[in-house]
Amino acid sequence: MPKDHGIGAPMKRREDVRFLTGAGNYTDDINLSRQLYVHFLRSDVAHGRINGIDTEEASKMPGVVRIFTGKDFEGVGGLPCGWQVTDRHGEPMQEPAHPVLAQGKVRHVGDPIAAVVAETREQARDAAEAIAVDIEELPAVVDMKAALQDGAPRVHDDLTSNLCYDWGFVEDNKAAVDEAIRNAHHVTTLELVNQRLAPNAMEPRVAVGDYQRANDESTLYTTSQNPHVIRLLMGAFVLGIPEHKLRVVAPDVGGGFGSKIFHYAEEAFVTFAARQLNRPVKWTASRSEAFLSDAQGRDHVTKIELALDADNNFTAIRTETYANMGAYLSTFAPSVPTWLHGTLMAGNYKTPNIYVNVKAVFTNTVPVDAYRGAGRPEATFQLERVIDKAARELGVDPMALRRQNFVTEFPYATPVAVEYDTGDYPALVDKLEEIADFGGFEARRKESEARGKLRGLGVNCYIEACGIAPSNLVGQLGARAGLYDAATVRVNATGSISVMVGAHSHGQGHETAFPQVVADMLGIDESMVDIVHGDTSKIPFGMGTYGSRSLAVCGSAMVRATEKIIAKAKKIAAHLMEASDADIELKDGKFTVAGTDKSVAWGDVTLAAYVPHNYPLTEIEPGLEETSFYDPSNFTYPAGAYACEVEVDPDTGKVTIERFSAADDFGNVINPMIVDGQVHGGIGQGIGQALLESCAYDENGQLVSASYMDYAMPRADDVPFYSVDHSVQTPCTHNPLGVKGCGEAGAIGSPPTIVNAVIDALHSGGHKVDHIDMPLTPSRVWTAMQG
Amino acid sequence: MTQVTMTVNGEAVSAEVEGRTLLVEALRDQLGLTGTHVGCDTSQCGACVVHVNGKDVKACAMFAWEAEGAEITTIEGMANPDGSLSVIQQAFQDHHGLQCGFCTPGMVMTAAALLKETPKPSEAEIRDYLEGNICRCTGYHNIVKAIMAASGQDAEAIAAE
Repeated sequence: MPKDHGIGAPMKRREDVRFLTGAGNYTDDINLSRQLYVHFLRSDVAHGRINGIDTEEASKMPGVVRIFTGKDFEGVGGLPCGWQVTDRHGEPMQEPAHPVLAQGKVRHVGDPIAAVVAETREQARDAAEAIAVDIEELPAVVDMKAALQDGAPRVHDDLTSNLCYDWGFVEDNKAAVDEAIRNAHHVTTLELVNQRLAPNAMEPRVAVGDYQRANDESTLYTTSQNPHVIRLLMGAFVLGIPEHKLRVVAPDVGGGFGSKIFHYAEEAFVTFAARQLNRPVKWTASRSEAFLSDAQGRDHVTKIELALDADNNFTAIRTETYANMGAYLSTFAPSVPTWLHGTLMAGNYKTPNIYVNVKAVFTNTVPVDAYRGAGRPEATFQLERVIDKAARELGVDPMALRRQNFVTEFPYATPVAVEYDTGDYPALVDKLEEIADFGGFEARRKESEARGKLRGLGVNCYIEACGIAPSNLVGQLGARAGLYDAATVRVNATGSISVMVGAHSHGQGHETAFPQVVADMLGIDESMVDIVHGDTSKIPFGMGTYGSRSLAVCGSAMVRATEKIIAKAKKIAAHLMEASDADIELKDGKFTVAGTDKSVAWGDVTLAAYVPHNYPLTEIEPGLEETSFYDPSNFTYPAGAYACEVEVDPDTGKVTIERFSAADDFGNVINPMIVDGQVHGGIGQGIGQALLESCAYDENGQLVSASYMDYAMPRADDVPFYSVDHSVQTPCTHNPLGVKGCGEAGAIGSPPTIVNAVIDALHSGGHKVDHIDMPLTPSRVWTAMQG
Repeated sequence: MTQVTMTVNGEAVSAEVEGRTLLVEALRDQLGLTGTHVGCDTSQCGACVVHVNGKDVKACAMFAWEAEGAEITTIEGMANPDGSLSVIQQAFQDHHGLQCGFCTPGMVMTAAALLKETPKPSEAEIRDYLEGNICRCTGYHNIVKAIMAASGQDAEAIAAE
């Protein structure tokens, strides 16, 4: 029987009730008295010089309150970048200005030029159409390698080139890596594209700015994964509003997947305009706007070389990657192809020599930043694809080649600067072979062949790094932020508890899982514990939710704060029972004096803390509320082994996913039902990347897949039921819960698994295809099959 | 402006709308029924599905004035009369068929329409019927399971096959 409550129980989610009855409170559901609406006029060319903006006619249209252009923001800061990467030569990256509204030039289709504020949404939209913008269209750069050619059009006139940085990692490894590859018995080389994706949280972004003249305070309601980060960036760097006068609220948020980490121009605009106009200002993105203004993901072009010795041991890995930044640096963009990608290039394997080179490039496209996995899917994809190709070239079983090279002793320091604390990769493969029924594959292949289909089996192993930390290390790496998190546990007089957390839940189920931890520690019922999140006026300064960090980092802060609560509560209990606090035990919500039958209930102690008539006032303060800030000493390292079986229709090239199995090690698990769901969702997005999705730009910088008519989102009939397992558990050694994080695993582990399976299917049909770039559409697969 | 009168979740209501006002805009902005969501602008995502005269309809693909005299049910009208979750809503919670909750109202409304038409749908029939509803969180696994369970089938066993 599974547990029915506490740590490890598959408790049903309490937040579901409001979502299932239409009672959720998303940002677009917020409407304020006297609210105005803004519509942004966006560039329809990828690169151009603005010679003039004529707003006269538009400003006379019904309901128009004011039209803003770049001129209104000349004295206002631009959007800041939160991570500075240092290049191979010790120089800082090139960092262009990123204005709230375009200043003189537009640099991608969707770049905002003007903002019309009106009484209604329709009036704002109508008036925007009446604005005449005189734009001189300039040649656009879209392809990264073309952007680095001499004489290429310059995205930013004030930078020396379109190169943001040329990063080498670890630069001191380079000579040894080159040497190992020169002397290798066998070298497998693969060139590939990790295509650009749109994160596509189902809730488009929304921002509502409000200003309270009475106390000179601004409030921003926004679709954010991290309200405190937005408050800091927008307050300090863009608008110059001190934090005590700025409140940021991220209420129910309809998915993020990274795209709602970043500080966007629209958030700064509505906050600024609300102050200027002394009325609330609301912006709701359409899906078409989301495609042109939400930070996109991936977009790497890579060459990877894997060197092996005569016994098939990996001896070196060398990679060269071009990483698209788009037209501006989004908040954490520079960190993704570097510290979230280069550090993962060892994968699950003990390769002694690794060198990663990344050239980050500006192009006239929408900015690119973290999307589910952020750098780690890109690392895993290239590594696991090249291993598969090597196995084929060497005529060995692809899983056997992986097993042979696994890291098996922990802690393990990789040549790319990270130390894995725990893991058991062979156990994951054993579990995978069981749940994926490798033994039955040949029979299933024959059955597919009998129906004229090619069947393939693909495997993949991944490691990821979650809960990026510690702050003093990431500071050395260029982060302009700390990466701790915080929790306040407020015990009320009657014993109920509010836990204010820095993490933000936008689908992850924190409101259910976090109380399981606190309730378990105190021995009380979960219904006595509520989580408060998403409002900077209510929660301690925390860094939000991304990078699978919530439980590992914020959950750890919550554990530490709860430990402080227990320590103080024991002192109170000791006083009430006239015993020594060292003798007090807490079990099932009851404090007892060890070895006696004396006890006081949880509620007696909490009441005494707030009605301290009989209380050790000379020793401790009244009240029962504790805060903890937790800064982890290392990343966590979840790992997994995945398998996929596909069928390929040789007549059309259509790929169907027949079976998908995932064995993951997330360390300890708080709510296995939620963990299963996180993996399912990640796999769904990975299937989207492998088979369907692509942000396709034409040579003029027009995004041609800018709606759901053209951008192929995975739908229910594109995916199978998945078989997922997380029974292999090697707890994290350095956080109090032993948890590792599960949010991104599925999206990291699945794309290479699927591509490996398709290549296997094609080989089974005699098609010697080494690689097909994602998405593996019928046309791409069919074309590859024609040789 | 036109006055449109309709019955929403059993209550007679009316709203002043422009000719271009979409049904979903009237529901959200004029009637305050914000459970129905807007996830796209091309009638692809299905977050705005409601029932109009018993049929599942994308409320972004219909003008408000076209609903004159219609019986409309939204997610706010799906719970049992005593306020408890209906069988379908309960199945979504039991099987973790939602994460961020944004596509959920449309999923529940679509599932209800499917089960009215096909009381015991196969996995393939469910996946096919959900073609017009996009979810980015769940990978659909638990949504399909929830709908099977709501129709009285052994979802666990079918998913494990």
